[in-house]
Amino acid sequence: MPKLRVPKIPDSVVPAPLRKPAKPGQGGNGKGQAPQDLKTSPPERETHVQRLGNQAKEAPVDILAWVDQRTGASGFLTGMLYRKVPKGTNWFYTLGSATLFAFIVQAVTGVFLAMFYTPSATQAYASISHINNDVPLGQFVHGMHKWGASVMVILVFVHMGRTFFFGAYKYPRELNWVIGVVLLILTMTMAFTGYLLPFDQRSYWASIVGININGTGPVVGPYLSDFLRAGPELGATTLARFYAIHMLLVPGAIIALIGAHLYLVMKLGTTAPPWMKMDKPKVAASVAQLDAGVEGNGNGRVNGAGRSNGVHVDGDSAT
Amino acid sequence: MKPEDKQDYLEEYEVFKKKGKPFFPYAVLKDSTMALIVVAVIIAMSLILGAEQGPKADPTSTTYVPRPEWYFFFLFEVLRVIKPPELVPIATVGIPTICMVLLLMLPFYDRGPERRPERRPIALIAGILTILAMGYLTYAGAVAGSPTQIDLKVAPQYEAGKEVVAGSGCLACHKIGENGNNGPGPELTHIASRIPRAAILRSVEIGPGIMPSFRELPPKKLNELADFLSSLN
Repeated sequence: MPKLRVPKIPDSVVPAPLRKPAKPGQGGNGKGQAPQDLKTSPPERETHVQRLGNQAKEAPVDILAWVDQRTGASGFLTGMLYRKVPKGTNWFYTLGSATLFAFIVQAVTGVFLAMFYTPSATQAYASISHINNDVPLGQFVHGMHKWGASVMVILVFVHMGRTFFFGAYKYPRELNWVIGVVLLILTMTMAFTGYLLPFDQRSYWASIVGININGTGPVVGPYLSDFLRAGPELGATTLARFYAIHMLLVPGAIIALIGAHLYLVMKLGTTAPPWMKMDKPKVAASVAQLDAGVEGNGNGRVNGAGRSNGVHVDGDSAT
Repeated sequence: MKPEDKQDYLEEYEVFKKKGKPFFPYAVLKDSTMALIVVAVIIAMSLILGAEQGPKADPTSTTYVPRPEWYFFFLFEVLRVIKPPELVPIATVGIPTICMVLLLMLPFYDRGPERRPERRPIALIAGILTILAMGYLTYAGAVAGSPTQIDLKVAPQYEAGKEVVAGSGCLACHKIGENGNNGPGPELTHIASRIPRAAILRSVEIGPGIMPSFRELPPKKLNELADFLSSLN
């Protein structure tokens, strides 16, 4: 299998070498002469306070350099921010990050709801009433979490539809599609487990039906429904279990998989819209030229059929 | 996908990438705009639609119709399409599992190099049919009423039972005469001619299959309910 090429980052965007902090007391030009802008006023010896001030000014750079030496983060960040997205990238390509943002909204509002929610069959309903009626902005945050769930589910499906119709799940992005489908299933799991938590009539009876639906499955069905119900009847133990799944298990898995999903997006790049292929020219006008360019680039062989596309593909410096 | 196709794709992609723009600030700008729209929509929905609480969960009163959240309608409605009891596992677990596996394995059985949808007729049709089916099922779930009235002439001694049935959400899944939804549960219009009163009562108490158990109803109500249902023949 051919190796994927890692595009070289153009020199122009690589950050200047990290500065060393200026040595204290270096005011002049090194030849005993005062610098031009200091000619009018006599050169002053730097006071202790000024020296401290200068050091403080350099401190952020020092800290960044310290972190960078130990993590290599600046290279990673430049590579991430200045990597090229293919020609033709349009608004359809914002659906993934929009889904991520809906998830962040769910995470943040969820944390605030968790501060006031009590996962107990006797107190859950009252704690939601408390959030809705007493906590400042309580109903607003609760509403954002409730409707954010719908928005996130819609975005997940639309993002998947875009990936499907654009053929973006094909080589070399098969694994990212698989991760995405798992994320879809986890999102639906979040929706299902979160539905019980308000513990009103609607969530109670819908969860019973949901658990019973799981129970009709062959072989594992009854075990799955027993596991979800955590007892003979839907009650306190069920609520605690749904709460733990909704708060810890699934969010942890979602965050980890989003990380993997984004890593692969960065590594493989986002696709160009499939129609971009259409302006392919007929045959090999400048295959030789292309060949030379690509080989010079160390990028390996060029397949016979010309796809010079009128584009002059030369070294990485062409941007 | 043959190795040459893979190589072709990678080379072509490299060209598109070279002709592209840097992620920052171009894509970041679009993404941020979209993120703001998402947050604005969520905030607007929260402000307009709120987060009202329903009545408190109560195992002894089933006045609330068990309906899933709207984004599960497409799964729930499959149960109304496929109704025979012996086929219920196919609707509840079989079809969703098959769809999930098909979805998960998509890149492994659709390996052609073509990416333009109009040149992938099977994928295009399958995708559009899936969207239409999910849209239809969601719509069907949304318009499925949850009646709490039974428009049926019964003898006076069964009136009480009729009220219990109407008030316990039975019509969400069962049809009685012209009332209620035809599924996922079996039609009850002539239930008494099929099973005896004791069996009706037992079903209500244990909740067979996906049906919830109603054993927490007060015994008087259970008896009235069984009386009414066993009069339907």
